[in-house]
Amino acid sequence: MQATETTSVKPKKLKRERPNHTNYTATAILAVLAIFAILGPLYLTVVIALKDPSQMNNVLAWPSKINWSNFKDAWEMTDFPTKFLNTLFITVVNIVFTIITNSFVAYAITRYRSHSKLFNGLYYYLVSAMFIPFNVIMLPLVKQVSMFHMDNVFGITILYIIFGLPMNTFLYAGFVKQIPIALEEAAIMDGATPLQVFFKVVFPIMKPMHATVAILSFMWTWNDFLMPLVLLSNPKQQTLQLAQYVFQGQFSTNYNLAFASYMLVLAPVLLMYIFFQRYIIAGVTSGAVK
Amino acid sequence: MDTLRKRTKSKISPTLYIAVAPMIILFFVFHTIPFLRGVFYSFTDWPGYGAWHFVGLRNYLYMFSNSQIGDAYWFTFKFALVATILVNLISLALAVGLNSRIKFQNTMKALYFLPYMLGTLIVGFIFNFIFGTLIPQFGQALNIGWLSSNILGTDHAWIGILIVTIWQGLAFNTLIYLSGLQSISTEIYEAAELDGTTPWQKFWRITFPLIAPFFTINLVLSVKGYLMVFDQIMAMTSGGPGNSTTSISVLIYTQGFQGSQFAIQSANAVVLFIVVAAISLFQLRILNKREERLQ
Repeated sequence: MQATETTSVKPKKLKRERPNHTNYTATAILAVLAIFAILGPLYLTVVIALKDPSQMNNVLAWPSKINWSNFKDAWEMTDFPTKFLNTLFITVVNIVFTIITNSFVAYAITRYRSHSKLFNGLYYYLVSAMFIPFNVIMLPLVKQVSMFHMDNVFGITILYIIFGLPMNTFLYAGFVKQIPIALEEAAIMDGATPLQVFFKVVFPIMKPMHATVAILSFMWTWNDFLMPLVLLSNPKQQTLQLAQYVFQGQFSTNYNLAFASYMLVLAPVLLMYIFFQRYIIAGVTSGAVK
Repeated sequence: MDTLRKRTKSKISPTLYIAVAPMIILFFVFHTIPFLRGVFYSFTDWPGYGAWHFVGLRNYLYMFSNSQIGDAYWFTFKFALVATILVNLISLALAVGLNSRIKFQNTMKALYFLPYMLGTLIVGFIFNFIFGTLIPQFGQALNIGWLSSNILGTDHAWIGILIVTIWQGLAFNTLIYLSGLQSISTEIYEAAELDGTTPWQKFWRITFPLIAPFFTINLVLSVKGYLMVFDQIMAMTSGGPGNSTTSISVLIYTQGFQGSQFAIQSANAVVLFIVVAAISLFQLRILNKREERLQ
């Protein structure tokens, strides 16, 4: 109230001063900082990946002759295609099944927890499981996973789908509460079964939250290192991140080869970011700020 | 409508129970059972294979007397505290800058968020080169002693880990603070300006209270994440030199899997869980109190 009253007293001064006054000092500081601190290390990575060891005297200089063979060598050495397909499989299957299964569990539990002691208990069970980080259960889990012969790409994918459940239940629960129940009631009146109500009515409404969950799941599986490290020992089953660690010894001081290999792993993510940057930022924000 | 609402809600179709069951059972088998087994092993002397005996609290007592485990807790707490404070201070400053009337605002925002997209392991490897080769080269060329050696090989190795963590951690926290700042209406500031508030007062009296919920989110997530620190250490120092950068998670991994301390590290994991749960619950209580106050 006060704000609108006072602005109406002196509208002229405010209009002239405020909206078009660019803060050039802040712009300059932020731009210089971004170029050196954020783009700097990325430039370094690209430049080193494009050189051969003899061109490393002046590390930061752009190479006089671009050496593409680093990429070819890294591709062959780390068996990039296998690792890429493993990572892609884990990422895609995890996203699809996480969205379908986790959203359903979260919906059923949230919607019916006031009428079912079991669902109410499950809600608290899952949400309290968020306090148990992977690092805490990894020792016994590894024993159990090898007992079940799940120390492979399929096994780890199932584990990702399961381990995302607490966090995703929490995310979806906040969303389900906002969906008016009248829509579901109308569908039930029309004779829809509970599963039809979910998949035909609720699931499509959840789209914004699906996007958030998909982005967070993608970031998690593509960049995860610890879970592949403890679960995937067979080279044929390894992921891209794990391969970078495994080959660290073999890259040794051949930084050109190592950085070409890193570029191959970073490139898909960077490309995605360039095209979907707006959605990724929005998705990550809504995942944290509900 | 009211009777319908009661009827549809109070009678839960068995289909729902059946459809929810598989995920819950899988979660119990692969998350809760390993957790309970971990607690169980922490009271035994199981080396990870073969026979075992109950040893009571021996593993827990050992933890308190073992200097390696003590060092890991000291490093992890020190690291988590300093990283949380620095990341939140710097990202708050960055967010205030990004929220001011700057040119290319969206591009800048996208640039500052970019490190979040990159895998921590690879970021660690890149900084490994920066600390190990690039900076010493500059240091030697310019004859600056303290820049001429690899910080990761010195007593200050943890600062190298800290710098990488801050570099990457800023992205997420800045984004959250920025979305908090953007939720504040400009009218409040205009009113304050007419009342003659200084920029300093404006920030502490208006901005900060209004973004307090965002501050809590960042604090909860930062502390929890940094107490788990693992990837960047494995990429840069593997816990060294000596044990100086061995975090609790690194210790559980190296001693639990490669060493013969399966049971001892199980006890370590249980203590880590208690620490993380206690800190998270404490923070959530503050969060809830604040929500109550807002209502």
